[in-house]
Amino acid sequence: MIRHRSAPALVPLMSLALAGLLLVAVLDLPSQPGLVEPVAGAMDRAGVDHPVTAVLLNFRAYDTFLELAVLLLAVLAVWSLGRRDPIPARPVQGPVLHGTLRHLIPVAVVTGGYLVWVGSSDSGGAFQGGAVLGAAGVMLMLSRPRELPMLPAPLQHLGLALGVCVFLAVGTAGLLAGHGFMGYPPAWAYPLILGIELVAALSIALTLVLLFLGGRHGH
Amino acid sequence: MATEPVSLQIYLACGTLLFVMGLHALVVRRHLLLKILAINIMGSGIFMVLLGVAAGGDGGVDPVPHALVITGIVVALSATAVALVLMLRVKAATGLARLPRSGPED
Repeated sequence: MIRHRSAPALVPLMSLALAGLLLVAVLDLPSQPGLVEPVAGAMDRAGVDHPVTAVLLNFRAYDTFLELAVLLLAVLAVWSLGRRDPIPARPVQGPVLHGTLRHLIPVAVVTGGYLVWVGSSDSGGAFQGGAVLGAAGVMLMLSRPRELPMLPAPLQHLGLALGVCVFLAVGTAGLLAGHGFMGYPPAWAYPLILGIELVAALSIALTLVLLFLGGRHGH
Repeated sequence: MATEPVSLQIYLACGTLLFVMGLHALVVRRHLLLKILAINIMGSGIFMVLLGVAAGGDGGVDPVPHALVITGIVVALSATAVALVLMLRVKAATGLARLPRSGPED
C-alpha cells in the first residue's frame, strides 16, 4: 500500500505512544457499580425480564427510536447518492443452490423470529433478529433467479418507515396518556415492547438488505 | 494495578490496541476502503472496552453499556454503508478511491 511521504517514522511512534497512554488509563479505571442497581430496581416496571431489552425498549427507548431513525436516514442517504448499475455477480443456478436456499431461508426466518421473541427474557431482540432476517434477505438477493421481481417501491418505503412510525406512535400515545414521551403504561409494556420489536426487526432487516444493494435495483 | 480480574484486563487491553491499530491505519492508509475499515476496527475496539468496563463492576454485568454497544453497532453499520456508497461516488468522479495528494510538501 502507498504510504504518505510526509509521515515516515513519526506516525508509528505516535501510535505506540498513544497505545501506551491509553493502556495505562484503561487498565487503571476504578471499579464502579455503574447502573446495575437503578436498572435492577426498575425491572418490575419494565414489562420484560431481560435487563438489556428493558434498557433498549423501555428505560432508554428514546435512544433506540433515534437509532431506527438513523437507519432510515442511512437508506435515504444511500438512495440519494444514486446508483443504477446492476449487481454484477450472479451464481450459476442449479439444484444445489436452490435446495440450499430452500432450507436456509426458512431456518433464518425462524431463527430471526425466535431471537425477537426471546429478547424479552434472554439474549436477543429486534436488532439480533433483524440482522439474521437481513442476512437471509442478502443471501436471497445474491442468489435469486433473475425473473424474481423486487418488492414494489411503495411496499419498500412502507417497510422501511414502519419501525420508526410504530415506535413514534406508541411513544406519542404514552405522552398523551400521561406516561411521558416514549413511556408505556406498565400493564401494557410487554405487548407494546413486543409489537415494537417485531416491526422494528422487519424494518431493520429490510434496511440491511437495501443498504447492501446500495441504491441499486435488483435487476 | 486495577481491581478487575486479569481476564477482564485482557479485554480492555485488546480493545485499546484495536482502537490504536485502527487509528494508525486511518492515518497511514490512503485508500478510502481501508480508511473505512480502519474506522470500523476503531469502533470495535471501543465496543470491546465498553463491554469490558460493563463486566468489571461490583454488582454484576451493567446492562446499559450493552444497550449502548448494540445501538452503536447498528449506527456504525449504517454509517459504513453510507461511507461505502460515498467512496463509490468518489471513485466514479475521480477514477480513484483514495484521497488526492495535496499540500505544498507533496
